[in-house]
Amino acid sequence: MRRFSLSSLLSESLKGHRGWGRQWRDPQPKPAYDVVVVGGGGHGLATAYYLATVHGITNVAVLEKGWIGGGNTGRNTTIIRSNYLYDESAALYEHALKLWEGLSQELNYNVMFSQRGVLMLAHNLHDVQSFKRHIYANRLNGIDNEWLTKEQCREFCPPLDIGESLRYPVLGGALQRRAGTARHDAVAWGYARGADARGVDIIQNCAVTGIRRDASGAATGVETTRGFIRAGRIGVVAAGHTSTVMAMADVRMPLESYPLQALVSEPIKPVFPCVVMSNAVHAYISQSDKGELVIGAGTDQYTSYSQQGGLHITTHTLDAICELFPQFTRMRMLRSWGGIVDVTPDRSPIIGKTPVENLFVNCGWGTGGFKATPGSGHVFAHTLATGTPHPINAPFTLDRFRTGRLIDEAAAAAVAH
Amino acid sequence: MAQPFRLSRGGRIDRTRPVRFTFNGRTVEGVHGDSVASALLANGIHLVGRSFKYHRPRGILSHGSDEPSALLSVDRGPGRIDPNNRASVVEARDGLKTLSQNHWPSLEHDIGAINDLLSPVFVAGFYYKTFMWPKKFWDRVYEPVIRAAAGLGKAPAAPDPDRYANRHAHCEVLVVGAGPAGLAAALAAARTGKRVILADEGPEPGGALLHETSAEIDGRPAAEWLDGALAELDSRENVILLPRTTAFGYYNHNHVALAERITDHLPNPGTAPRERLWQVRAGEVVLATGSHERPLVFSDNDRPGILLAESVRVFLNRYGVAPGRRIVFATSGASAYTAALDAKGAGLAVSLVDLRAEDECGPELVELRAAGIEVLTGHTVIGAKGGKRVTGLVVAPADRAGRCGAHRLLPCDCVGMSGGWTPAVHLFSQSRGKLGYEATIDAFVPGTSAQAERSAGAAKGTYDLAACLAEGDAAGAAASGSAERRRFTASPTLTGFRPVRAMPTDADPAKVRAFVDFQNDVTAKDIGLAVREGFRSIEHVKRYTTTGMATDQGKTSNMNALGIVAGKLDTTLPSVGTTTFRPPYTPVTFGTLVGPARHALFDPIRTTPIHDWAESHGATFENVALWRRAWYFPKAGETLHDAVARECKAVREGVGIFDASTLGKIEVVGPDAAEFMNRLYINPWLKLEVGRCRYGLMLKEDGYILDDGVVARVAPDCFHVTTTTGGAARVLAHMEDYLQTEWPDLRVFLTSTTEQWAVIALQGPKARAVIAPLVGGIDLSPEAFPHMAMRSGTICGVPTRLFRVSFTGELGFEINVPSDHALAVWEAVHAAGEPYGITPYGTETMHVLRAEKGYIIVGQETDGTVTPDDVGLSGMIAKAKKDFVGKRSLVRPDVVAAGRKQLVGLVTDNPKLVLEEGAQIVDDPGQPIPMRMLGHVTSSYWSPNCGRSIAMALVADGRALQGGSLHVTTPEGFARVTVVDPVFFDPKGKRIHA
Amino acid sequence: MLLIACPHCGNRPETEFRCGGQAHIARPADPAALSDEQWAEHLFVRANPRGVHAERWCHAHGCGRWFNALRDTVSDRFLETYPAGAQPSHSTDVRA
Repeated sequence: MRRFSLSSLLSESLKGHRGWGRQWRDPQPKPAYDVVVVGGGGHGLATAYYLATVHGITNVAVLEKGWIGGGNTGRNTTIIRSNYLYDESAALYEHALKLWEGLSQELNYNVMFSQRGVLMLAHNLHDVQSFKRHIYANRLNGIDNEWLTKEQCREFCPPLDIGESLRYPVLGGALQRRAGTARHDAVAWGYARGADARGVDIIQNCAVTGIRRDASGAATGVETTRGFIRAGRIGVVAAGHTSTVMAMADVRMPLESYPLQALVSEPIKPVFPCVVMSNAVHAYISQSDKGELVIGAGTDQYTSYSQQGGLHITTHTLDAICELFPQFTRMRMLRSWGGIVDVTPDRSPIIGKTPVENLFVNCGWGTGGFKATPGSGHVFAHTLATGTPHPINAPFTLDRFRTGRLIDEAAAAAVAH
Repeated sequence: MAQPFRLSRGGRIDRTRPVRFTFNGRTVEGVHGDSVASALLANGIHLVGRSFKYHRPRGILSHGSDEPSALLSVDRGPGRIDPNNRASVVEARDGLKTLSQNHWPSLEHDIGAINDLLSPVFVAGFYYKTFMWPKKFWDRVYEPVIRAAAGLGKAPAAPDPDRYANRHAHCEVLVVGAGPAGLAAALAAARTGKRVILADEGPEPGGALLHETSAEIDGRPAAEWLDGALAELDSRENVILLPRTTAFGYYNHNHVALAERITDHLPNPGTAPRERLWQVRAGEVVLATGSHERPLVFSDNDRPGILLAESVRVFLNRYGVAPGRRIVFATSGASAYTAALDAKGAGLAVSLVDLRAEDECGPELVELRAAGIEVLTGHTVIGAKGGKRVTGLVVAPADRAGRCGAHRLLPCDCVGMSGGWTPAVHLFSQSRGKLGYEATIDAFVPGTSAQAERSAGAAKGTYDLAACLAEGDAAGAAASGSAERRRFTASPTLTGFRPVRAMPTDADPAKVRAFVDFQNDVTAKDIGLAVREGFRSIEHVKRYTTTGMATDQGKTSNMNALGIVAGKLDTTLPSVGTTTFRPPYTPVTFGTLVGPARHALFDPIRTTPIHDWAESHGATFENVALWRRAWYFPKAGETLHDAVARECKAVREGVGIFDASTLGKIEVVGPDAAEFMNRLYINPWLKLEVGRCRYGLMLKEDGYILDDGVVARVAPDCFHVTTTTGGAARVLAHMEDYLQTEWPDLRVFLTSTTEQWAVIALQGPKARAVIAPLVGGIDLSPEAFPHMAMRSGTICGVPTRLFRVSFTGELGFEINVPSDHALAVWEAVHAAGEPYGITPYGTETMHVLRAEKGYIIVGQETDGTVTPDDVGLSGMIAKAKKDFVGKRSLVRPDVVAAGRKQLVGLVTDNPKLVLEEGAQIVDDPGQPIPMRMLGHVTSSYWSPNCGRSIAMALVADGRALQGGSLHVTTPEGFARVTVVDPVFFDPKGKRIHA
Repeated sequence: MLLIACPHCGNRPETEFRCGGQAHIARPADPAALSDEQWAEHLFVRANPRGVHAERWCHAHGCGRWFNALRDTVSDRFLETYPAGAQPSHSTDVRA
């Protein structure tokens, strides 16, 4: 792997950049791998990367039916935070956040992790109570999160309207300063490059069409559009398509796949210094390095694999944005799009074993999976390598829906993302 | 200014009506009908902006909404400044202020242009490879610098004084685009009598016909045909013609969104809305959205003065403006020949360079030479000369293998380039239609439709005028169910081109800067680098290089980018694929999408019949769900704390009056009403006597508490159900769902009566005395009307359902009266209570009083993960009932496991300290982080009646910890508390039965 | 925004409706008789098909009635809508 640095960039600039090689190979699939990861999004690529770097397992293939990073990795609003309420979630997302903090250096790929702070706005007394519950829980878990008065909110985010004419005036907010955003594509590419350099085969345009099982019921490999591939273990990391892939092994999942929309404005000079989320009015906004306002909308109410939702979802979100930031009505929506998010009944992920031997799953991230990418890959790699969950993903079993040991952040606080 | 480049005649402008606007503070004069672009060109102004990355001088490339370069900030007065307007789309008008963007200190002298010298470093994706060391520099140095450099214009700084409108519309046929195909389609549809909406993005319908000065249709000049078509459409009542209206989004089931610009072009907009969102649900859609011309990719093809060939023609013919006096057309196809002829006809010096060999060209070649224009066939463009304005074009003979001959410099002040045409298939693609690649015209064209939709004309890859008209007519007729087809005759259109990706050159590749995406400064070399680095999907190339991601979304660049990738990979265009087209077609203001939905119109505000009284009596309000509820009633000088303390005391010592109208109310009626209630609530209902009330608790099927409320049995087959304020709609939906889909055999009817009954709560030892004189037909004595009873009668002569219930622990009544009479009854009760010192109180006092009694509030003590047992209410479960909604989930392993959080009371060691709601609870505050948390504080208040602070909490195994000590987080650290029973006041409950 | 044919009211915009998820999941007659696995299956496991999906809709801001629909989750096209309690005329096994 050619190291990226200022000096390599400068030396290449004198040579017309002829010396840069491929960031990852385009290999033919081998007949067999120790581990096959189904899904070349950020989570799948991170899984492969940590299998190689942490566990020394390099005979690994990542199978992607389209192009890597083309699903939710490349379609989300890149919000990264760890100020979750429950111990289980806090541990998982904080694990990820700590990895984010060194990820550019770890991967030698600038993922532009920007710790600009995520400010969550409270609009009613219930929000205030809920946010304080989070803040105190985070404090005792060693996670930064602090209460801001509405004046402090405005100071932290000057475009914010804290006036009383709002339908739901801002009462204050919870700020996690270490939280922020990253460049989503770079995360997929950086993990792909790092995994590839260690021998992982990243195979694009390769759709899984079946999961082969032996007489005992154990999974032995995957049928693909490029032939059968034998696998010691299979990790399904297929986000919105998890139900479909798992059905190939006759495993029925507690999942539903919904369209989730997002949009960006035209690029403008820096005007928005942080991330602002408001669950009460459904608004999520930040400004990207390219200058676009990046705005997350909600899910449609029906399941769909179309990557397209209704206009009313978008307009509802913009209603909230313009309510909070009235000077943005003259900004223009440049591009809107949809992803397919797989949602579990408690809106927390499932990471671990399945009833089928050798078949593992990492899914159910709903609307908030991007922030977990490094942590998710790290603990799932552990699970695939050792056959047992890492302590951090141990609570996120499929079995919890039987026992009732749900991890329902949203029910606890009406907090999505 | 004299408009030196204005032609003396021609064009659809009114030379007698001058308009004046400013560009960077300098006054520019144009005429009515000008765009800002045409007016600037009329004055010889070509340099209008600086590019995104390299700060290269940029001019006007196009005449339409595909313009990537000429982006201006437009200032229409205070709060009306907006960035990134395309000069070709903004209509010139008096008083407009326009400003170029992305430069410092000035457009002419821009320090940022140093980036152009560093361009060998700033290649595609360079930022992924650097800025990683030292790590802490990212936040402090690198990122702020990158961000400051990014972005084009500046965001508006002040709130927008304009307003925006929204309209829903239905029609049988929606036609998008009013060029020849769209007009023919609209005419055909209109003649069938069907409702037709015809939308066009331009200020004037006509599309290409607006600059078609030589062609004839049906034996008449095209302009005459256009006038006739518009007159006919205008005369028909079944047609809505919308100019300045962009169909920007094509959604499911023929839901098409249009953005209409209403006032931006007017000097005095008056009170009209600035823009309007049309949400059209169309039976059939005809897409006649035209096509975009492709630039040629050659070195320095971005110099100001280099335009698209057809745009040169538009400026000449429609605006009467010569973009230069000495124009070289560079092309690989026939359409530029028409532009060259028109330029020659306007008296300009013209030559033409065609990449195609002599034998590839059609009759256009002969025609042009006959007109005395020099045509160099088989020539490539090596590069452009000039900096802030093109001064010449270096051309050379090139064979099909790309070998170049001797260079020749063609001096010029304007270039019109054409690399062929790309159908505007954006909306078709958004509709989820499948695109197919058509090799003969080197374009993706509409294939199979996914919705009730048809494409026609150039949008379908049909460029000949007569064919466009026929295709539009056929589409319009078919869309309206007519079998009639018309024939059109028209002058032949010069079509056909050789696809060219990057122009052949013999220049040193290191020195070539051939732009593909003008706005994002993406060159052919950048695309080559991306492919070399392994980015092979067009989506990857797009994301890595940012080509096609600028405000024009690649309208002029996508096909060139795709072609270059295909060339590098030595494959075909379809195998590289095309990127997915997403809404919007062109950028749409947030204001258009939001419409009037701001402030009071953001969400409905629900108020009770007593709202105005509360307001006039000084109440402070809080938002609860959609409701505005009186929070507390401060007297002069009182704080929240003071007022609540006074209100709390008044209720316990005398009498308080409270507006409980927001409570949800549902009338459950029918022979099976009791059975229905039995299945939905955890409580038993079959034996509840008429005239008695019961506190009901309802679960979701997962076993967690959904809602609660008092229910009265009004008659054997009638229950008056109350719900929480926020839960009313949810509970009714929950009930209807089970009734209709699980138990359709039950004979039950559900009616929301929330708005019909207003509820006046009268609480306190004097409550009976206050209402006694007002009530008719009800014996109020404790024996006849005990706690948890309900009676029907009258109050102040108004029918009432009078509940003897209490959420305060005091003697209390909830007076249900029809909403229309509520205010009168309220005022009468208030007047009757004055001798007793009656005190209106708000939700805060209600909360404190119920907490003193340990009553839970769903949503405060519960959060969607709490079972009846968790809050100590498992005793309410009807043991005899085999089943009710949620029962099965209450015996899941984790729900019956030890260690669940249970509702308890907490008292602080320091009685003055009021804990924060949401504070976390630990047993040992000295343990290391992460600490083991036992639970959290759900409610916490200063209790005036207890004379100390009180709190409720959910604590792991809390009921077993009674009397023990725990520690609760405070802003400063921890406070020690003792676990107690959650009933703090009148634990025996005597007062309620008074 | 979808256009939905309420069996009782005709075509109406999606915003008048509430989607109730997968259809034809009957509440067990005797939940107490179910194992934890079976109860969890009833509560949480969903077909989530890529293809034809039988789902429930309620015309909440119209007639208020629940009904069923078959919709292709790839194209979002409705194959049919039919009253609650009825069975669809198309097969639901297509691509399920």
